[in-house]
Amino acid sequence: MNPPPETLTASQPSTPLQLTVNDLSIEAATVNGTGSQSANNILAKSLFRMGIPMAAKNLFPSNIQGLPTWFTIRASKHGYTARKKELDWLIGMNPTTWEKDVANLRPGAVVMWNSNELSDAPVKARGDLIAYPIPMNDCIKGVAADAKLKKMLVNMVYVGAVTHLLGIEEEVVLKVIADQFKSKQKAVEINVACLRAGMEYAKASLPKKDPYRVERMDANGNKILIEGNTIAALGCLMGGVTVMGWYPITPSSSLAEALIALAKKHRVDAANHTIRFADVQCEDELASIGLVLGAGWAGARSMTTTAGPGISLMSEFVGLGYYAELPGVIFDVQRVGPSTGLPTRTAQGDVLAAAFCSHGDTEHLVLHPCSPEECYEFARISFDYAERYQTPVFVLLDLDLGMNFWMCEPPSYTTEAFDRGKVLSPAKLDELKAAGKKWGRYLDMDGDGIPWRPLPGNPHPDAAYFTRGSGHDEYARYSEDPEVYRRNLDRLRKKIEGSRTTLPQPVLETVPGAKVGILAYGSTNNAMREARDQLAAAGVKSDYLRIRATPLATAAVEKFFKEHERVYIVEQNRDGQMELMIRQVLTTPGAVDKIRPVRHYTGFPIDARTISDGVLAGEGKR
Amino acid sequence: MSTVTNEKTNRGGFKLSDYQGLPSTLCKGCGHDNITRNIVQAYYELGLEPHNVVKTSGIGCSSKTPAYFVHRGYGLNSVHGRMPSVSVGAKLANHHLQVIGVSGDGDTASIGMGQFCHLVRRNVDMVYVVENNGVYGLTKGQFSATSERGAKSKIGEVNEFTDIDLCALTITLGGTFVARGFSNDAKQMLALIKASVAHRGTAMLDVISPCVTFNNHEGSTKSIHYVMEHDIKLNELGFVSPWEQPTAEIKPGEAVEIPLPDGSHLIVRGVNNNHDPHDKFAALQLLEESRKKGEILTGLIYIAEKERDLNTAMRVNNPKTMAQMDEADCRPPKEAFEKYLNGFR
Repeated sequence: MNPPPETLTASQPSTPLQLTVNDLSIEAATVNGTGSQSANNILAKSLFRMGIPMAAKNLFPSNIQGLPTWFTIRASKHGYTARKKELDWLIGMNPTTWEKDVANLRPGAVVMWNSNELSDAPVKARGDLIAYPIPMNDCIKGVAADAKLKKMLVNMVYVGAVTHLLGIEEEVVLKVIADQFKSKQKAVEINVACLRAGMEYAKASLPKKDPYRVERMDANGNKILIEGNTIAALGCLMGGVTVMGWYPITPSSSLAEALIALAKKHRVDAANHTIRFADVQCEDELASIGLVLGAGWAGARSMTTTAGPGISLMSEFVGLGYYAELPGVIFDVQRVGPSTGLPTRTAQGDVLAAAFCSHGDTEHLVLHPCSPEECYEFARISFDYAERYQTPVFVLLDLDLGMNFWMCEPPSYTTEAFDRGKVLSPAKLDELKAAGKKWGRYLDMDGDGIPWRPLPGNPHPDAAYFTRGSGHDEYARYSEDPEVYRRNLDRLRKKIEGSRTTLPQPVLETVPGAKVGILAYGSTNNAMREARDQLAAAGVKSDYLRIRATPLATAAVEKFFKEHERVYIVEQNRDGQMELMIRQVLTTPGAVDKIRPVRHYTGFPIDARTISDGVLAGEGKR
Repeated sequence: MSTVTNEKTNRGGFKLSDYQGLPSTLCKGCGHDNITRNIVQAYYELGLEPHNVVKTSGIGCSSKTPAYFVHRGYGLNSVHGRMPSVSVGAKLANHHLQVIGVSGDGDTASIGMGQFCHLVRRNVDMVYVVENNGVYGLTKGQFSATSERGAKSKIGEVNEFTDIDLCALTITLGGTFVARGFSNDAKQMLALIKASVAHRGTAMLDVISPCVTFNNHEGSTKSIHYVMEHDIKLNELGFVSPWEQPTAEIKPGEAVEIPLPDGSHLIVRGVNNNHDPHDKFAALQLLEESRKKGEILTGLIYIAEKERDLNTAMRVNNPKTMAQMDEADCRPPKEAFEKYLNGFR
């Protein structure tokens, strides 16, 4: 269901006279590999440090240098941090996309551009835009001699001009620059010089024509600005991962690299010249998952990082993990598939591929974090789930969550103990023996389907066992007996079923009198508050259930369907992957008839309008 | 499995039966069972702690064999061609584990070729046995990639493609221990297995192990008869454990004595040649020459005993194993944690 293009809403200025404070989206259209990232980060961080709620997204190509890239900053006093469908302020730096970038702007939008490089014809032809041409190359003529350096520094000119025109506090920007280049005094000086050149030019030659202003707020409190991958890596460190096998793939590599950097700093044993973390950049994903399961089998907390194509390659091994009951954590930072798809764009396309990864009867534990806070928390506890259930656990981020900058409350220092699950020590084995209980590696001794596992190296004469992906009985003996096979599969199901109530439970947000329910998960959450506000403004009250893991918390889902007349399931995939899983658990007659899908699958992060328009259309209000 | 009472014990206090396993379910006369017997004997004589023995494998007849030895060790029968990666994981998780991976020619030279190559170049400290019979047994007789061009299958098809020489391949990949054995030659194999265990790094044993059911006919280049006719011994091997004395004195120039990291020695005496197993170029040349002549060269072909293994290179052999790490080992102190987060403001 594709909503119609967004039309102007009341909150957006129709006339330049009306002042709009702390509510705009700025986009810099640049060329990949020209150093714009550093300038854009300075701009974003300055707004963040002024206490204004914001988020920043890098919309980049699958390319190292030369293709177009767009960096979008959204500042919102309301705390809306999802992608805004329509742009308020374009910074044009890229000749190849220039005409299209201008053509896409809504009437009344602001456009600033490097007039030394880009023609003013497209802006003139439009006639309905607020125009700020800047001869950026000229501005920095005296500052940098080197041509390559110039190309990078020219981006600081627009940072300066925007700083002046929006009213960003100068001392904040200066501090951000100082922090960004840390001890490199030369870099600080030259960047500041270019910033000032931009500010001076704007002051002298660009009379304020636009309605936008930013003012200091106090909305960000103690928050940090971080990418989901980075904070997930911290969660892994705190969660006790000691072995990682991985293969580079966008958009997951930065998670692995952040973790390696953390380990180099925080896991070093200086006395022994050793490191308490092993990472192998593997030859492929087949090897990385093999390494993870081998390490998990031998008792280490192990993980890999990957994206959709990697999941496909890992699927045979993941089946072994399920059936032979080997712990391990798989971080899947989802991107657009199938095949190579759009490797630098976002989607929630691996929901089913993860949940039922591999052939035969399988089901895996899958965590769906929605925010940096949950990226940290779910990363940390994923190792507990893997060891408690002795099975592969997936943590599904997506590119939007993993690689873009989000504000979040810093996690508090974790003191919780690891849950290592049912590891059978020699003493425990003796204890069982003394109680007259016969232990078997795959024997359900506690009624929860979870057996006890000794780790290789356990010297107890009865502890050794043989792990295999072929049919086996309760005592890990090879078996092709049909009853034994069925019994084992039933126990496995019982084990996994048990996780429905122990995994992170859904989060419910209600308003009095709502008949409409909205169900979503993962990064979609970032657009949800804004979408529900838009719905409320249009007269539709909505409750919101956010799924945080599968296997689904059946009771909570059923209850949500019982209590609402219609349930909109919002997903960032074409086929309604979560919806299929929900349909599977709904048993109340008529419940499935309440489902209304809202699906977004363009590769861009979902925006609030897509959700609210989808719901309004379903409610007959559009 | 032996149930003999009053069995003799080795230096570690373990009985031979501690190193045995379940009865084999392979065909009667299978070469693989000979290899299993030699692993049992070698591990018993070395006195390894059986509970620290980890046996990994992929899929195929060969990959079933870890169930047939060291029942007091821990086995992980993984997926086809992927034994190397689970072995690396286990070794990183617990560096005290003594890993032996058993694979076949289909498992190693075809589906698992990638993982095999990367295991070798990482020099993971483990014994890697290829039970090489040139044929897919469980799927009933298809050629494998180690089958020579011109070899005949049981149903009379002729193999049109060149074979992969795992020994030559391993040397070019930077392998540090490369040997070839024959399943019928127990004496040679016993020394090779012991030296493989003592070697620190990946010890690749390519053991020609005839398949009596699908590749033992006229026209096969891996039949028992053919291998016996074409087996050319490169060297006589003697393995001397740290607690043993060499049986005969070695005269200078007569043999090479290679000290291994655990204090044992491998004595290599060339058979009608002066091949120094440290000489990589000579090793490759010998392999190529023997291949041209249609000979099967067996013995220790190449060794580089001083190269770093993966765990050493990565500096991950901590006082505690990765598997033993607790909260205090894994988590930075609160101040460091908060300082890190502060960098994101």
